[in-house]
Amino acid sequence: MTSLRWRKFVDRFWTLASAAGVLAALVPLASLLWLVVSHGAAGLSWTFFTNLPAPVGETGGGVGNGIVGTLLLVAIASVIALPVGIGAGVFLAEKGNGRAGELIRFVTEVLSGVPSIVIGIVAYGLVVARMKHFSALAGGLALALLMIPTLARSTEEFVRLVPGALREASLALGVPKWKTSLLVILRTAAGGIITAVLLAVARAAGETAPLLFTALNNQYWNLRADQPTASLTVQIFNYAISPYEDWHNKAWTAALVLLLLVGVLNLLARILSRNRMEGAR
Amino acid sequence: MPQPSDTTAGVGPSPLARAHVSPWGDRAWGAGVSILGGSILVVAGLILAELGGVSLVAWKKLGLLRFLFGSDWDPVQDKFGALPFIYGTLVTSTIAIVVAVPVSVGLALFLSEMGPKQLRRPVGFAIEVLAAIPSVIFGLWGLFVMVPWLRESVEPFLQAVLGFLPLFQGPMIGLGYLAAGLILAIMILPTIASVTLEVLKTVPLALKEGALALGATRWEAIRMAVLPYARPGIVGAALLGLGRALGETMAVTMVIGNAPDIHASLFAPGYSLPAVIANEFAEATGDVHVGALASLGLVLFGITVLLNALAQVLIRAVSRGMSRGAA
Repeated sequence: MTSLRWRKFVDRFWTLASAAGVLAALVPLASLLWLVVSHGAAGLSWTFFTNLPAPVGETGGGVGNGIVGTLLLVAIASVIALPVGIGAGVFLAEKGNGRAGELIRFVTEVLSGVPSIVIGIVAYGLVVARMKHFSALAGGLALALLMIPTLARSTEEFVRLVPGALREASLALGVPKWKTSLLVILRTAAGGIITAVLLAVARAAGETAPLLFTALNNQYWNLRADQPTASLTVQIFNYAISPYEDWHNKAWTAALVLLLLVGVLNLLARILSRNRMEGAR
Repeated sequence: MPQPSDTTAGVGPSPLARAHVSPWGDRAWGAGVSILGGSILVVAGLILAELGGVSLVAWKKLGLLRFLFGSDWDPVQDKFGALPFIYGTLVTSTIAIVVAVPVSVGLALFLSEMGPKQLRRPVGFAIEVLAAIPSVIFGLWGLFVMVPWLRESVEPFLQAVLGFLPLFQGPMIGLGYLAAGLILAIMILPTIASVTLEVLKTVPLALKEGALALGATRWEAIRMAVLPYARPGIVGAALLGLGRALGETMAVTMVIGNAPDIHASLFAPGYSLPAVIANEFAEATGDVHVGALASLGLVLFGITVLLNALAQVLIRAVSRGMSRGAA
């Protein structure tokens, strides 16, 4: 038997080692956040949000079309993904206890781990290869395919959280099953589902890889689904890998804008889910 | 619509009769929801069919073995060998796992077992923030902050201390396998840590309490009671992290150096499967080139699906308590 003092020392050592793990995770995070804010803030101005990108060598210019493009892509993705993702989640929660449910749940889990770049190839094959040109529709479809599994999983989770007594009470009052699902269960789970939607949208807005060869990019404003579209993320990528100092600065500023967008969505989701939790208790 | 009188006791038809009032609403709802559920399978089928469809040209033209094990990649001369990308993906993911698993397990243990309670919430929040940062921003930070740091401090240090190993020889340019592996480690850390945390929560309290009651220190209780029980789940968490690392695109593309070569040195620039797809797909020079890139995607898809399926099985095994034999 080793001495107590030695065993206590070992205990202390591993406690410190686990604390080192925390530090190893927090230092890069702090560095990243600080640099995005400090480098990015210098370039912030009203015109950065409203103007088109300026050509190399010209000062000024912004990422207005990128912001609009990201919103357009996310909107297209949401129109496709919300009904399918939420519907599939409701299916898993209400009818998902059989064989088919198990299979679909498993496929959903596996799909949510498929790399986004692979999904980009799928959207390319489905839309770009058939239409013979890049388009916002292809980019939106890629983002939708990424959102569906996530949405289905979290919707299932939130619907299952609704107390069974609510459903029983509604059925006992003679309300048909479909109305119970729609007006009682889904309405109770609505806060959670909205949280899930906000998180999925935030993730989609930050995606770059599947957009590179679906939505491509665009130097100008675009609101049409069948045209190539700029996006904030692809813009950041192009600025970052360019050889120009000025464009590097713009990459940092655009990164700050993207981080703010994603941050606001996440914050909203957090506030909503907290209110919901407190309301339920 | 059921009439209000239906629900008052003793008046109107029997409550059982109500089932016949309108079966169509229920049927339509059931069918609609089932179709949406089934659409998940359709999505999976579409993914498989399109990947196969786009890459078919390349499979026919190039041949499987020559494609997978060829080390020449020169689209202009129609040479497509996938080996440099497969190699780069494996090397960078290995670095990521080797760095991220101990850090995330430490992090999860700190949050669930060892750290002061007041720190748990803020640290947990920070990890959520880390998970929410878009990959292109990691790439930006990696390119302008981490790469210069590696070039000027870390790589010279490693070469001075471990330079006798081929891993740490050669010119130090910052961009390369090491940079890509480290940025991946940071990115997959939240995944591994949060899944590990979930797994640790499922460990029965009695196991730990038993160890503590027998006089174990906190670490001994973790090592002898908690970790053996949670081990399959932690392996599952690592596999999930590995799946993310293999498919992660933007950050790697920005720091790996994008050179389709195979080097023993971790300091050398390389290439990865997702990175070459990201860089070349939009400007691919013909059907075979597109097909070859899509085939790389198919390889990536196959590996990640297998890894994820395995990870799910392991994680479920722990949360269902089937891992008792593993202790």
